[in-house]
Amino acid sequence: MSVTTGDAARAEVNGAGAAGAWANGLDAASVLDIDPVLDNPRTRIVVCCGSGGVGKTTTAAALGVRAAERGRKVVVLTIDPARRLAQSMGIDELDNVPRPVTGIDTSAGGELHAMMLDMKRTFDEIVETHADKERARAILENPFYQSLSAGFAGTQEYMAMEKLGQLRARDEWDLIVVDTPPSRSALDFLDAPSRLGSFLDGKFIKVLMTPAKIGGRAGMKFLGVGMSMMSGPLNKLMGAQLLRDVQTFVSAMDTMFGGFRTRADATYRLLQAPGTAFLVVAAPERDALREAAYFVERLAAERMPLAGLVLNRVHGSGAARLSAERALAAAQALADGPGIPRTPDSSENLDGVGIVDRDSGQTGSRTADDPGTRTPSNTSSPGSGSPQPAPSGDPAPSAPSMDSTARLTAGLLRLHAERMRVLARERRTRDRFTSLHPEVPVAEVAALPGDVHDLAGLRAIGERLAVQTARHDATPAEATADGKGTENP
Amino acid sequence: MSRLHVVSGKGGTGKTTVAAALALALAAEGKRTLLVEVEGRQGIAQLFETETLPYEERKIAVAPGGGGEVFALAIDAERALLDYLQMFYKLGSAGRALKKLGAIDFATTIAPGLRDVLLTGKACEAVRRKDRLGNFVYDHVVMDAPPTGRITRFLNVNDEVAGLARIGPIHNQAQAVMRVLKSPETAVHMVTLLEEMPVQETVDGIAELRAAKLPVGSVVINMVRPEMLDPAAVDIAANGRRAAVARALSDALAQTGFAGADRAGLVEELVDPLVAQAREHTERVALERLGRTEISGLGLPTYELELLGDGVDLAGLYRMARELRKQGVAR
Ligand SMILES: Nc1ncnc2c1ncn2[C@@H]1O[C@H](COP(=O)(O)OP(=O)(O)OP(=O)(O)O)[C@@H](O)[C@H]1O
Ligand SMILES: Nc1ncnc2c1ncn2[C@@H]1O[C@H](COP(=O)(O)OP(=O)(O)O)[C@@H](O)[C@H]1O
Ligand SMILES: [Mg+2]
Ligand SMILES: [Mg+2]
Repeated sequence: MSVTTGDAARAEVNGAGAAGAWANGLDAASVLDIDPVLDNPRTRIVVCCGSGGVGKTTTAAALGVRAAERGRKVVVLTIDPARRLAQSMGIDELDNVPRPVTGIDTSAGGELHAMMLDMKRTFDEIVETHADKERARAILENPFYQSLSAGFAGTQEYMAMEKLGQLRARDEWDLIVVDTPPSRSALDFLDAPSRLGSFLDGKFIKVLMTPAKIGGRAGMKFLGVGMSMMSGPLNKLMGAQLLRDVQTFVSAMDTMFGGFRTRADATYRLLQAPGTAFLVVAAPERDALREAAYFVERLAAERMPLAGLVLNRVHGSGAARLSAERALAAAQALADGPGIPRTPDSSENLDGVGIVDRDSGQTGSRTADDPGTRTPSNTSSPGSGSPQPAPSGDPAPSAPSMDSTARLTAGLLRLHAERMRVLARERRTRDRFTSLHPEVPVAEVAALPGDVHDLAGLRAIGERLAVQTARHDATPAEATADGKGTENP
Repeated sequence: MSRLHVVSGKGGTGKTTVAAALALALAAEGKRTLLVEVEGRQGIAQLFETETLPYEERKIAVAPGGGGEVFALAIDAERALLDYLQMFYKLGSAGRALKKLGAIDFATTIAPGLRDVLLTGKACEAVRRKDRLGNFVYDHVVMDAPPTGRITRFLNVNDEVAGLARIGPIHNQAQAVMRVLKSPETAVHMVTLLEEMPVQETVDGIAELRAAKLPVGSVVINMVRPEMLDPAAVDIAANGRRAAVARALSDALAQTGFAGADRAGLVEELVDPLVAQAREHTERVALERLGRTEISGLGLPTYELELLGDGVDLAGLYRMARELRKQGVAR
């Protein structure tokens, strides 16, 4: 009785093909089981890295909560958390020291401390602890120091490393969870400290340093050989005062340079230690996963221990057995109306209940009164291939013939088709990663409809991260296999 | 209307894409625009699918509808500094020596403010450049700028270098740049998504810009997803109409050949997940509405660009440009 249209059948076959590739990807990639990592007393540091906006901070905080509630004594170092998240953890005041987080279930014997990194303050503290009073004051007041400590590309990364080293040295916690700065490239976290190091080691600095080294305090009064060579053009450009400031800064920092490098090297070694676990966080998007792949390769090159990939904000569907193509075809059948037997309650009028019908080109009711915020009229997603009604003639397919239940159902179906497209896209991007790096264990975290900004939300994320079964229930791979079984007996 | 358009926003919200679409939109009807990038990332070249951009203005696209032209330039602070030295001091070889020593790298690294003056300075120069007839060479200059967290410092060059260079040519340059940036000739646009964090950053960023007396232009809401169902409809689907919805679903699926004998059972399993998805949708729409309210509270012109399902290719970029024009961006 059921007649499969040619188009739909082809779409189904294509769908199955994609799903087949996905199934292979699934086999190849192992599942990241996070609880053993968190529970293992040998795990002392967990680093969450990845490109911007993927959920590093959220993941770090969620892991902190989870590990603490499973009995570990944890400190989370967050960097630039969303304001409401910081408030909910009681760390919205920047004082650069860990604070106990209240509201944590401590029945397993754990505890949670958290802090938000203040990079300038961290830098100032280093200066204060490593230089005598007078020298420290000279540095802190120097305009070049102020500019460097507040804005050097990489200062934040460097200071995050520095703070991690400090927390580790205090040895008050048995697990440190570190978030990384919101740089566009995950690699920045590893590169920035050495960049600062090589900058401080640079040729030009050496030239600037020469007089101070030879003449000590008195030498600062005149310019050295290198300086006088350059002083003509530089003086013209920058003015003599500026040059003096640079030199004061450089000579004042002189004693500290060695210390910077030594500590950066020590922290780098800490990151290579077996007690460290890197988690690469990515969203199932092309750019984010490309970054993640670079980072994974880099970690391997640096012999830094990778625990796995957290694929955050993944979409799922409980109705994955219904393909996008078929859902759209069914929605279309409902829109076409006539063939559908009337349901008993079809006389009831639901018009005005606000089924925002995409096909009508009316994507919002706020349009008329506020043209400035008008949602662009629908141009349909590119490549959607959805069977749209002919745009000519009656612009509204919600013709009087289509009853309200049918419209409602068609709405549900269209929404589902959209979801299935998102799923397929995410799956493809994920596949690309897993085929490149089948050795990397992966854990998926569902996208929640809203932001995560309280302990309950963090717990939910931690739970989703730890319990990876859902993925096997509702993957399109199985569902399609299922669908095939029922559709083509 | 402003001629220097600075496009900022939270990382990843679409600054580069929107800046490019804006450059295209402003170039329509025979105008000429310059699209500049300042972070050395070659985002423009990637977007326009061209080779790496040199430190040189070159034409990369024609405007939708033909006639207008878009030029592009990747500004490099080091090169800008050398140009500058050359222009004012004729420092041919000394300039190269400085570069070799790492002095230029040093100067632009240790003093980000200095770097910023060079970058914004170059953009301002392009804005004011005139041809022999005294007409502006570019009708508009669009800058793919640093993200919200850094934009105020980036543009507020005067304050940034004030402590470093109290006198001298850098000081003067900073003041000249500042005059352009604070004038109505400039407009800073913010790109945002309707998610909580980007909206919050936008609101905070605009407050900062205003406090620094920098001219705020508009807000571009990017990646807007259509609203398909509203909560009342979903409630009805879940409650009163559940059975009717199941029947309609079953009929529609039968018509399109889904499942055979087992259909009734399958349909029954589909209804709840479909309704659950619809609920997530309405939840998200509600949150987006809150975001819109916050943004409209800013009292700025607002444009919306829809999410392109398969990412932005050249065709998508032109579509975004047309959409911006339609919404009045060139008016
Ligand atoms: N309207 C849109 N629909 C679909 N995808 C989009 C849209 N706008 C931007 N994108 C995509 O989002 C991603 C980020 O965009 P883009 O690079 O322009 O952001 P950005 O703000 O410049 O990022 P960054 O902060 O890294 O510079 C790109 O892959 C881009 O193609
Ligand atoms: N699984 C998720 N579901 C819904 N929202 C999420 C999820 N993960 C993160 N978010 C939200 O995304 C935004 C960015 O997350 P954040 O952790 O700050 O990213 P990053 O630290 O990588 O820049 C936050 O508003 C956060 O609440
Ligand atoms: Mg973060
Ligand atoms: Mg960009």
